[in-house]
Formats: sequence, structure tokens, C-alpha cells
Amino acid sequence: MKRLLLSLLLLVATPVVAEEVVLGLSQDQVAITADFDGSEILLFGAVKRESPILQDPPLEVVIAVSGPSGPLTVRRKERKFGIWVNTDAVEIDHAPSFYAVATSAPFNEAMSNVEDQRHSVSIPRAIRSVGAPMGIEDAQSFSEAVIRIRTDEGAYQVLENSVSVDEQTLFRTSIKMPANLTEGDYPTRIFLTRGGKVISNYETVINVNKVGLERWLFDMSRNQPLLYGLMSLAIAIAAGWMASAAFQVLQRR
Amino acid sequence: MQIYLPIAEVSVNAFLLLGLGGMVGILSGMFGVGGGFLMTPLLFFIGIPPAVAVATEANQIVASSFSGVLAHLRRKTVDLKMGTVLLSGGLIGAALGVVIFNYLKSQGQVDLLVRLCYVVFLGVIGSLMFIESLNAIRKSRKNAGPPKRKKHNWVHGLPLKMRFRVSGLYISVIPPLMVGVLVGILSAIMGVGGGFIMVPAMIYLLGMPTKVVVGTSLFQIIFVTGFTTLLHATTNYTVDIALAVLLLVGGVIGAQIGTRLGTYLKAEQLRILLALLVILVCAKLALDLLLEPSELFSIGAAGGH
Repeated sequence: MKRLLLSLLLLVATPVVAEEVVLGLSQDQVAITADFDGSEILLFGAVKRESPILQDPPLEVVIAVSGPSGPLTVRRKERKFGIWVNTDAVEIDHAPSFYAVATSAPFNEAMSNVEDQRHSVSIPRAIRSVGAPMGIEDAQSFSEAVIRIRTDEGAYQVLENSVSVDEQTLFRTSIKMPANLTEGDYPTRIFLTRGGKVISNYETVINVNKVGLERWLFDMSRNQPLLYGLMSLAIAIAAGWMASAAFQVLQRR
Repeated sequence: MQIYLPIAEVSVNAFLLLGLGGMVGILSGMFGVGGGFLMTPLLFFIGIPPAVAVATEANQIVASSFSGVLAHLRRKTVDLKMGTVLLSGGLIGAALGVVIFNYLKSQGQVDLLVRLCYVVFLGVIGSLMFIESLNAIRKSRKNAGPPKRKKHNWVHGLPLKMRFRVSGLYISVIPPLMVGVLVGILSAIMGVGGGFIMVPAMIYLLGMPTKVVVGTSLFQIIFVTGFTTLLHATTNYTVDIALAVLLLVGGVIGAQIGTRLGTYLKAEQLRILLALLVILVCAKLALDLLLEPSELFSIGAAGGH
């Protein structure tokens, strides 16, 4: 009897972890070189399962790539004494510099509101504000402004229906990273959902790093700022002198 | 050709930067202005973060002013003595300016103050110069005789007189020192070399001949902006050397062309062109304040006001 109960329990429990993500990335490193002008990352994977494929509800995939997060100040202009000046400011304590969500169906179908809230997947959920100072009633419009401005810049992307899923087993998508990329770790999350519920998730990190000359200059500007400043001046003086000398030679001819 | 800037962390077109540098360099060589008041807004416009734009701009001005000053030295149109007096005033002023700037920053609204400063100063200086040079041109057309330059005003009654041979002046050191201090304060607050204030001040307050003014202004700008560059590099880490190199390659070539163009123009014509340029920038800044912006919100770094 006990054994029967246990196997029953197992039968109930197994479907929850029955489907798992196996992921591949075209690259898990993005190198920022001097002529870097964006990068396209191919994400592909398969669903590992031990039970037959469930037909209904269908399997959906949601992929979120996020850039390094940091605090921001958002300011709003208002007309005062005839000129436009910054008046209200709201601190957003957590906003990623880059964020892309790719889904295999319209977002609302692929993930329910409750699951979105739990895992903070959609763009508005990925931005967190501590709360506006007293006297600002429409704090919401400040975080909306961040999304609007960054979406226009291509830093925030919602790519609905861009993940293709074959036979409920293989999936792939590509995410374009813009040229204006910040250095750091880019946490990448993959969710498998059925009927809006997350049945499995997987997390990995894409590394974005400056390399070569970019790396050297950046490190020097932080570690030896005085030397870096003097070097900048030396280059400026040398260039000024060289141009002057070159023009003098040209004029003599 | 796109290039990724290591400190600014943005990717921009290299030829666009070369072109911008060249254009501002020509103006710099012609008029003796550093060009910061033009270049900084242009850099904002192509998406360089403001802090990086201001700091890197200072470094680029060092290059174009140095290139310009060498050309002027060869033609002996630099008053080194006057330049040194102005510079010592300028350094005192810059130190005072930093104190004032930090005080204003703690009060908030420093952005607005800087903008208003720009509009007021550019507007007043631009229109005064414009009117004056128009009159000068009209006068020289009427009677071909040389215009009288030796004006006697309160400036000439002060003690501590000094002879500035290149400028052909025998005046007290107090006015140039004061001009230096004033320009130093303003350039620290407004983040520019201060040429566009210095040049008119030398012409109208000190009565220096226009040809000498340009070289002398460039001479003192080198030191002020060089100092600013070092300060930004060591405290804010915002000097982008890759951006600076692209801008200054265009800038130094432009400055050489500019100084040569300047010799073909008459002093009055030179001044009227600079006046027009100053008025144009002023109008653009004023419009920005008066017209409703298309995006009311702006994203800034956390912490500041």
C-alpha cells in the first residue's frame, strides 16, 4: 500500500520536471573591438523529456537577455516663466542598460501575468523604481519614459513570435545587440511554458568585454588616470605641432 | 566606418567626427576661439554622454589651439606678455569658478544656469560685436583714412602700467588681470575655453588690435583647457582618447586652414563673421529653452540633480 502511494506520488510529481532545457549559444562571449558595430547572437536549444509530448496546451518558449543594471535619474521638463526647465526627478533604482525579450507567441499568451510577476520577465517588470518622492503623483510615467526612450534607441526590444519552435522540441532565435553596448555580464534566461505557466527555466550568462586597444585604454584611464591625462595632452600637442609643420612644408613648395 | 569609443561606450562614424573636428578647427584658427561652445552641443547631438563630451572637448581644443598658436607665432601675432598676464588671472578665476560651480550644483538647477549663462553672454557679446563691426565697415567705406585706435577711457588711468610691445599698448596690468579672472570663472562654470568672451574683451576693453588678439587668445586657451583635461581625466575618468584623436586630427588641419583664411579677411569682416556665428548659436540655445521639446523626459546618471 505504501509503495503504491509512493509511486502515485511520483506519477503526480514527475510531470513538473519532465521537460528541461538544453541550451546552445552561437557565442557566450562578445568582444568589443575598436570597429565593433553590434553583434548578433544565435540562441538555440532543445527540450529534454522523459514522457510523451503533451499536445495541449502547446509548448512556448520565452527568452530574456538583460544587460548590466544600474540606478538612473529620470527628469521631466516643465514650462516655467516661459522656458522649459527640468522640474520633477524620479530615481529608478534598477534598470538594465540592454533588455531583449523574445517569445514564440504573443507575450500574454506565452506567459501569464502571475508568472511574469514572479520571474520579472517583461520590460516593465525588469525596471524597478523605489517610489517617487512626495508630490509626484504619476511616477508610472517616469518608468514608461525610460522604456520609451530606450526602445527608440534599440536598447530595449520586444520580439514577439520570433522564437521558432519545431516539433515542440527544438527552438531557436537570434538577438541583435546594438553597437552601443555596455561592458559586463548579460544574464540570459530561457523559460518553457505551457498555458502561460512556467514549467522549466534555465539561466546562463553572455560575457560582453572590451578587448585589445579598447581594453588597454579603458584600464589605463581607471588605473593610471594622471598618466592617461598626460598622454592625452601629449597626443594633442604632438598632433597640433605636426599639422603646423606639415602645412609649413606644403606652403614652401 | 563605425568606431567604438572605449570611454564613451558608444559607436560612432569616424568620418563624421573628423568632419566635425575640421569644421570647428577652421573657426578656431580664424577667430581665436577654442570652439568648445560649438563642439560640445554637437557632440551631445550625435549621442556622446555629456560628461565625456565636455572633458574630451577640452583635450581636442588643446590640440587645435596649439596648432593655431604655432601658425600665429610664426607671423609674430602673439603677445606672450599679455597672454601670461591673462593666464595668471584666468587660473585664479578658474579656481573661483570651480567653487561657485560646486555651490550651484548643491543647490540644483546647474544645467539651467549654464544654459542661461550661454544665452545671455552669447546674445550680448554677439549683438554688440555685430553692431560695432557694421559701424566700422560703414565708416571705412565713407572715408578711406585709417580709423583712430587710441581711445582714452578709464582703463588708461589705472596704476601699475606695463608696456605690451606686440599689442602696441602701454596700460595698467589690472584690466587684463580682471578680464582673465572673469573669463576663468565663466569658463569653469560653462565648461569652455572662454575664447568667445576673451576675444571681444581684448578688443573692446583692452583695445588690442584684432590680429594680435586671435593668437594671444589661443595661447592662453591652451593652458586653461590643458589644465581642465587633466582635472577631468583624474577626477571623473571622462576623457575619451579615441574620440579626442579623431576630433583633433580634423581639428589641427582645420586650424591651419583657418589661420590662413583669416589673413585674407579684413579685421572688421572677421569680427562680423564671429558675431554672426555667436548669435546663431545663441538663437539655437534660446529656441531649445523656449520651444516645447518633443521628449519631456530625460535619463541621467543617478545621484546628481
